[in-house]
Order: sequence, then structure tokens, then C-alpha cells
Amino acid sequence: MIRLERRPQPSRLWTAVTPLLAVLLTMIVGGLMFAALGKPPLEAIRIIFWDPLFDPQFSGYSRPQLLVKAGPLILIAIGLSIGFRAGVWNIGAEGQYIMGAVTGAAVGLAVYPSDSALLFPLMIVAGALGGWAWAMIPAVLKTRFGTNEILVSLMLVYVAENILASASSSWLRNPEGMGFPGSRNFKQWPAVHNTELIPDTGMHWGVVAAFIAVIAAYVLLARHIQGFNIRLTGEAPRAARFAGVNPARIVFLCLGIAGALAGMAGLFEVTGPAGQITIDFNSGYGFTAIIVAFLGRLHPVGILLAGLLMALTYIGGELAQLMLGLPGASIQLFQGMLLFFLLATDVFTNYRIRFGSEEVA
Amino acid sequence: MDPVLLVASIMVSATPILLAAIGEMVVEKSGVLNLGVEGMMITGAVVGFAVAVGSGSPLLGFALAAVASAALSLSFGLLTQFLLSNQVATGLGLTLVGLGLSALIGASYEGVKAPSLPKLDIPVLGDLPVVGRMLFSHDIMVYFSLALVVGVWAFLKYTRAGLILRAVGESHDSAHALGYKVVRLRLAAICFGGACAGLGGAYVSLVRVPQWTEGMTAGAGWIALAIVVFAGWRAWGVLVGAYLFGGVTVLQLNLQAAGTTVPVELLSMSPYVVTIVVLVIISARGAAGAPASLGRPFHAST
Amino acid sequence: MKRRTLLASAALSLALSGAAFAQDVPKIGFVYVGPVNDGGWSQHHHESAMQMKEHFGDQIELVEQESVPEGADAERVLTQMALSGADLIFTTSFGYMDPTIAVAEKFPDVKFEHATGYKTAENVSAYSARFYEGRAITGFLAGAMTETNKIGYIGSFPIPEVIRGINSSFIHAQKANPDVELSVVWISSWFDPAKEADATQALLDQGADVVLAHTDSTAPLSVLEKAGGFGFGQAADMADYKPEPRISSIIDDWAPYYIDRVQAILDGTWESHNVWQGIGDGMVGIGEITGPVPEEVKAEALQMKEDIANGDYHPFTGPLNKQDGSAWLAEGEVADDGTLAGMDFYVEGLTGDIPN
Repeated sequence: MIRLERRPQPSRLWTAVTPLLAVLLTMIVGGLMFAALGKPPLEAIRIIFWDPLFDPQFSGYSRPQLLVKAGPLILIAIGLSIGFRAGVWNIGAEGQYIMGAVTGAAVGLAVYPSDSALLFPLMIVAGALGGWAWAMIPAVLKTRFGTNEILVSLMLVYVAENILASASSSWLRNPEGMGFPGSRNFKQWPAVHNTELIPDTGMHWGVVAAFIAVIAAYVLLARHIQGFNIRLTGEAPRAARFAGVNPARIVFLCLGIAGALAGMAGLFEVTGPAGQITIDFNSGYGFTAIIVAFLGRLHPVGILLAGLLMALTYIGGELAQLMLGLPGASIQLFQGMLLFFLLATDVFTNYRIRFGSEEVA
Repeated sequence: MDPVLLVASIMVSATPILLAAIGEMVVEKSGVLNLGVEGMMITGAVVGFAVAVGSGSPLLGFALAAVASAALSLSFGLLTQFLLSNQVATGLGLTLVGLGLSALIGASYEGVKAPSLPKLDIPVLGDLPVVGRMLFSHDIMVYFSLALVVGVWAFLKYTRAGLILRAVGESHDSAHALGYKVVRLRLAAICFGGACAGLGGAYVSLVRVPQWTEGMTAGAGWIALAIVVFAGWRAWGVLVGAYLFGGVTVLQLNLQAAGTTVPVELLSMSPYVVTIVVLVIISARGAAGAPASLGRPFHAST
Repeated sequence: MKRRTLLASAALSLALSGAAFAQDVPKIGFVYVGPVNDGGWSQHHHESAMQMKEHFGDQIELVEQESVPEGADAERVLTQMALSGADLIFTTSFGYMDPTIAVAEKFPDVKFEHATGYKTAENVSAYSARFYEGRAITGFLAGAMTETNKIGYIGSFPIPEVIRGINSSFIHAQKANPDVELSVVWISSWFDPAKEADATQALLDQGADVVLAHTDSTAPLSVLEKAGGFGFGQAADMADYKPEPRISSIIDDWAPYYIDRVQAILDGTWESHNVWQGIGDGMVGIGEITGPVPEEVKAEALQMKEDIANGDYHPFTGPLNKQDGSAWLAEGEVADDGTLAGMDFYVEGLTGDIPN
């Protein structure tokens, strides 16, 4: 009989080994899938995991792109993880991301074509505020009426998508765009273009913000009293209440941080890599970030690594489509498998496998 | 606007969400949060469609859609129940897997037509004026979904197994201490949820649209998850929520078609806004909360 | 000759990498916004690409990438495609416009063709189809076939392309039936079969008996087949629904254009241009008009097609007023392409407001 026995401390060895084990298992099963689709499995695996990083033809471009893709995922996931730690289930980061982008862009476009150096920082603040305000709706409804934040934050994603469609086809539409939908392109407006800070590194302000957020979240959770309160609320709500933690404040704090970070991520994306507000510039970052947050075990450093890994599978997956003609759906399935194996092997970190009956152990 | 046609349309529109949501409610009642509803629905949609096309029998399609999605949900069950993986992340992974898998399976079924599920010819009732057309002229799955709501309600309220299921969801440690098989029960609930999501998906591909297209459930699984919350984890609430959401969706489309003066952008966000507002009103009066063990991993330490 | 320098630099990087793939045939890339079997827009571009590939056989290499979101991801995918040695890349969705221009700047030796946009560059062409010409014909058929005098129209987003289609359909439905009304339902999505089905049902419930759609799936036809009423193939012929409910179709036929442009690459004669082609050039096709349509209506519709094709008739010919009654086109006046490209108003007789 096989049993699991809880380790007193999570195993450091297994913490490092399980991701490798998971990637290995994914390679085997994913390779079988690729072979079943009639594509060379080894080559496919190599293209997904190796080529974006080391292939001489592509890596010069795709390595920096890892940061571009991972930046917003990490930034959003950090915000979400703080809430998840406290048991605040904000799954509407996508909506907060959209609203941040729309608000920030609207502030900038209102004074087009100003070249003030203050404008970009102002837009960042506006973006953060937009996301924050959108997250405050579930926060207020939860604390005031006890309305469940899962439903409210999720429904608000669809409302935000409608607002985005309206923004890009009417009130933020580029007046010089001959009536076509989409805002002005921020890449052609140097004062507010969120460009690469160092050429060919992929580092733009959003990536910098993501790194700062990782450090700040680490400090908050490990050293700060509010971080302790957040963890306590999540792990033992009753104890937290006895300890004098105000649950409403925790809800406001967690949703506020998550909303502001998601909103900022939206603004950085729309002024940088995406370039403009369009009907569907958002491409699901807010949902993918939930995966990143849990894949990183809600730990700031874990999230950093998980974000980079997700970005790698996206970029590698694109290359595999390009080079081998793999269907897009098979890449999606491959990502799902990777996630499953990562989650499944995680058990070794916290548990020991024991064979035989209990007395022997 | 003809209320008879409106109600009839609402019932068709709400059925997929209703099926998926009632299944997910049972899963959550047992203390498990499976966010993979969308992935299970789309798998049900493609399998149901493929089987119906291959066999010529839509009912067989529904049956195997339920089986396939239940099997898929078992992967979630194994991961979360035996390997104690995080439920939120595993559920989202299940959605990715379902979307990818269904697209690969369905590639050869694009543009194919499936046999249609006949509307029931209910004697006497179906001939009644007004209500006959409104309520008694649907296909069997509409009635099945309603029966399922009643069944789940009765199961949770009156049966011993239902009571144990709820106990497991409220406190798995106590339930375990009393000698109940927590993991086994939860696996059964997860399978049931998967089967219901599969039926809901198959209803989209076999009745509501009816055709197979990649990604065709287009977020219905997420709405189903929201409806469970809306319902406050009660069977009747799921029915009300699904019909409310489906109702506002159909109503706003009808209002547009009838040429109302209400701005379209307000109409198209109305299903989501109305759902929020109604939930706020309900919760302001104090509503039942989530099962206490929802989403928490269970590991028998003794 | 530019191609040679590109190959030379590619060969250099290959020599450094030691990889071996150099085939000396042009590499043609396609980027799609949806999956290649979405049953609509992307599938049609993909099928046209396959026809093009069939035409040239081993003379070219075809690479494709599906489900590429517009925005940042598009720019990366295009760059990677250019890095992989593509000579000509077709970007088949409006939202790829700015990414295409941006990547084209970085790869002056790679040619790009962007669909449905308006920006061009030395190495970027724009191509688009005059779908409104096709919609004139389907609108005319819809007007002739409705018995309730009410036509439904499913819209995705209120952009000029869609508004042009609504106007063109309505003007010509009126030509067939002066009492006709047209009601529009917006679903805020290009592709959502369930919602398209619900919208169709809603239009039928509100008394429409012919439904036109500017969304991608065949869901409306599926509903019409079950519930009764007529519809049209959109983007593809959707021949599975012949002879009814599908009574005709507007077909996007990109294949001739793709073959033409790839041939230009092979000949070394490719030059940037901005084209807007219609029925006459073969980019917009009208599918077979089927059984339920009476012969004389069919003949009239085909005559209209003929006139549009050889330039005798323009679907937007005055006298036409805007919805608010103000004059737009005087008797015999024809709309200019600029106004059509940015069309943001309904013509007189249409009810309801354009959402904004």
C-alpha cells in the first residue's frame, strides 16, 4: 500500500527537482502527442524549450521577448497572489487590466500631442487607479453587502470588454484612422512610448515594475505586519479576527493591490508592446496570470520563475507552429500537460511516499 | 414582443449553463472547486457531436459526451485528491487541456451536420394554448436538466448520501473522523460534475447551435461557475441564476431586434450587470455562504 | 535582386549556426487571427493559401501560424517569421496593421501584405475586398424573399466595414421591396456560435424571416434550418445549407490575389500597392442562388452582379440621404472610396442608432 506522509518542512531538494521532473514528463508525453500528430517529437521539444533561448537564428530576438511576455503576467500574478494568500478570490484581473489600460490611455490621449515628461508617469498612475477602481467594485460589494467577489470580479471582466470595444470603436478612436477602430499608436508618440530601456533586452518599464513588485511582495509577506495579517487571514480567519485584524481592510488592501498592479500592467502593455487600444488587445493575460500565481505557489520568487516558464512555452510554441506546422491546439494541450505535471509532482515537495503499512513507518 | 416565444427561447438558451452549473454545484458542495468547467464543456461538445454524427443518435451523443467529460474530470480528480495539487491551478489547467484536446479531436468535424434532437410531442399538455408552446414543446434535454435540478435538490436534502456529501464539504476532517470516505466521495462528485458539464457542452453543439466549431462554448463554462456562486450553493438558486442570465441575454437580443431605444452598449453588458445587481440584493439580505472546506486540500493524517 | 541579398545574409547566419535548411525557394508566410478551422474568416484565408500552394507546388514553401492575438503577440510572431527567412508574409486581420508596419521597418527585404487596412510602406501592401458589392446582392435577395417585410442583421462591432455592409444590404433590400425594415442586433463578437444562434432566434421571434450576418460562424444558418427562414453564406459558400435556408452567399475569394502576388515574388516584380477589389476582380464572389428564389428575382440579382462587375453600377449611387435626412449623394452621384472606407453613419430609412 502506498501512502503519503507529510514532511515537517517542505523539502528543499524536491522544490528544485520537481519542476525538472515535470518538464521531463511533459517532454515524454508531449513528444508522444507530437509523434501521433506526425511531427518529429524531439525536434518539437527542442524548438519549444531550447530554441527561444539558445538557437542562433532566433534567440537574439526571442530571449528578450521572454521578458516582454512574462512582464505583465508576473506583475498581475504578484497582485493576485497577495489576495489568494488572504483568501480573497479575485479572478477578474483581466477586467482590471483592461480598465487600467483604457483609463491610462484616455488620460494620455486627452492631451495629445503633449510632450511633457510628466505625462507618462501620470498615465501610469491613471492606469493603476483605473485598475484599482475596477477592483474596488467587488471590494465594496463584498465588505458592504457580503457579495461574493468571485462572481462580481468575473462578471466585471465582460463589462470591461464591452467598455473596451466601445473605447476602441468610438471615444478613444484615432481621429486620423479614417474611421477604423483602434486608438492612436503610442509607439509613434515618443513622449509616452514605453520603449525598451536598454536596446535588445526586452526591458521596458513594465518589466522593471514586475521586478520591483516581486521584491516588494517578498518584503511585504515576509517582513511587514500587513503581510503577516494577510497570511493569517488566509490560513486562519478566526485567529486573525481575534488578533484584531480587520477583515474588511484586508479585502480592500488585497483587491486594491491586485487591481492597481493589473491596471499598471495594462497601461505598460498598451503603451509598449501592444502599442494601441484595440478591440481585443488584452489577449487573456489576466486569466493566464492566475495560473502563473499558483504555479509559483503564491510565492514572489516562484511567480517570477513561473511567469518566465509560461512565457517560454508561449514563445517556443509559436516557433514550433512556425517551423513544424504544429496546430495551435496541440500547443495549448502541451501547456495544459506541463501545468498538470508541475502540479502533480509538487506533491513530493510536501509529502514523502511511503510503501507498506503504517506500523512500519 | 411575444412572451411565448421569448420564454421558449430562454429555456433553450439557459439549458447548457444550467446543466454545467448544477453539476459544478454538487462538486463544490463536496468541498472541491473545479474551475475547469469550460474545458469539460467543450470536450462534451465535441465528443457529443462526433458520436451523434457517427451513430446517427443524438441521445447516444449526449450519453458519451457525459462519459468523456467525466473521464476528463477524473484527471482533475486524481491530481487534486491523490496528489493534493492546488485545485484552482489544476482546474485552469483542465480548461487548457480541454480546449486543446477538443480542437484536435474536432478538426475533421468542421462543417459537418449532426442529426437533430426531436422536440417531444407531449400529448394534452403540448396542445394547451400558450403554455403548451411555451413550456411543453421542447426537446428531452430541457426537461432532463429541470429534472436534474429537482433530483440534486432532493438528493442533497433528503438522502443520507447527500447529507454525507454536504458534511464532507463543510468539514472534511470531521467527516473523515466519522469514518466517511472523503476522497472517494469527492471523486464521485467530480465525475458527476464532469458528466453534467459534458451534457451542457453537447447541448450547445447538438441543439442550441447545432454544429461543431473550435472554441464554440465561448466562455459558457465561466458563466456556469458564476451561477453556482450566484445560487449560494443551492439547487433552486442555480435554476434561478441560469434562467435569469439566459433570460437577460435573450431579452436584450430581442430588445435590439425589436428596435428599442436603449443604447446597445448598455444592453450588451446587461446580463452581467443584472446578475451582479441581483446577487447584491440577495446577499444584502444575508445569504448562505460557500461550503467551509471549499478548495482546501484534504490529507488524512491518521 | 533584393531577395538575393536576403538569402546571402541568411546563408551567413546559417554558416555560423551550422544548421541546414537552405532551400532556394521563396518562403511565403500567413498569419491568422483565429484557428484555421473557425468555419469563417481565418479558415477562408487558410483555404485560399492552400490553393495558392497547390498552384505553385514545390516552387514555394508555405508557413502558417494560427490563433495569433492582435497586438504584442502579432509583432513577435511576424518578427520570428521574418527571421526564419520568409520572403513574403500575409497578415490577414485588420488588427495586424500597426505590427505589420513596425516589423516591415525592421526587415526592409521582406515583403508584407496586410488585409483590410489602409497603411502601406515600401515593402507593405494593403489589400481589401469590396464586400459591400456582394452585400448589395444578398440585400436585394433578402428584400425580395421576405414575406414579413422584416430582415434581421447580426452585427459584430460597429466599425466602417460592418456599417457599409448594413447600408448596402438595406439600400438594395429596399430596391426589391420598398416596405422593408431592417433590424440590427449587435453581439460584440466576431465569433460566438451560441450567441449568434441566440441572436438569430431573437430576430426570428421579432418577426424577421430573412437573416443576414456579419459574424463568422454558420450558427445562424443552423438555426434557420431548424426554425425556418432564409439566410446567406458569409465569407464561405456554406454549401452544406443549400438549397435552403442558404439561398446564396458572399464568398471571400483570396486565392487569385494570393497567386498573383506570389507570382510577382517569383518574377521579381513585386511592388507595394493598396488595392480594394470587388466582384469584377474576383475577390468577392456570389454563391449559387438556389431553388426557393424565383427565376425573375434571380435574373435581376445576376444582372446587378453583372453591372457591378463591369462598373456600370455602384451600390452607393445617389440619390441617397443619411439617416437624419440630410443629403449625402445627389442623383447619379457615386460615393467616393474615402467616405466609404470610414463610413460611420446609417442611410435614410434605417432605424436605431449605431452604438458607440
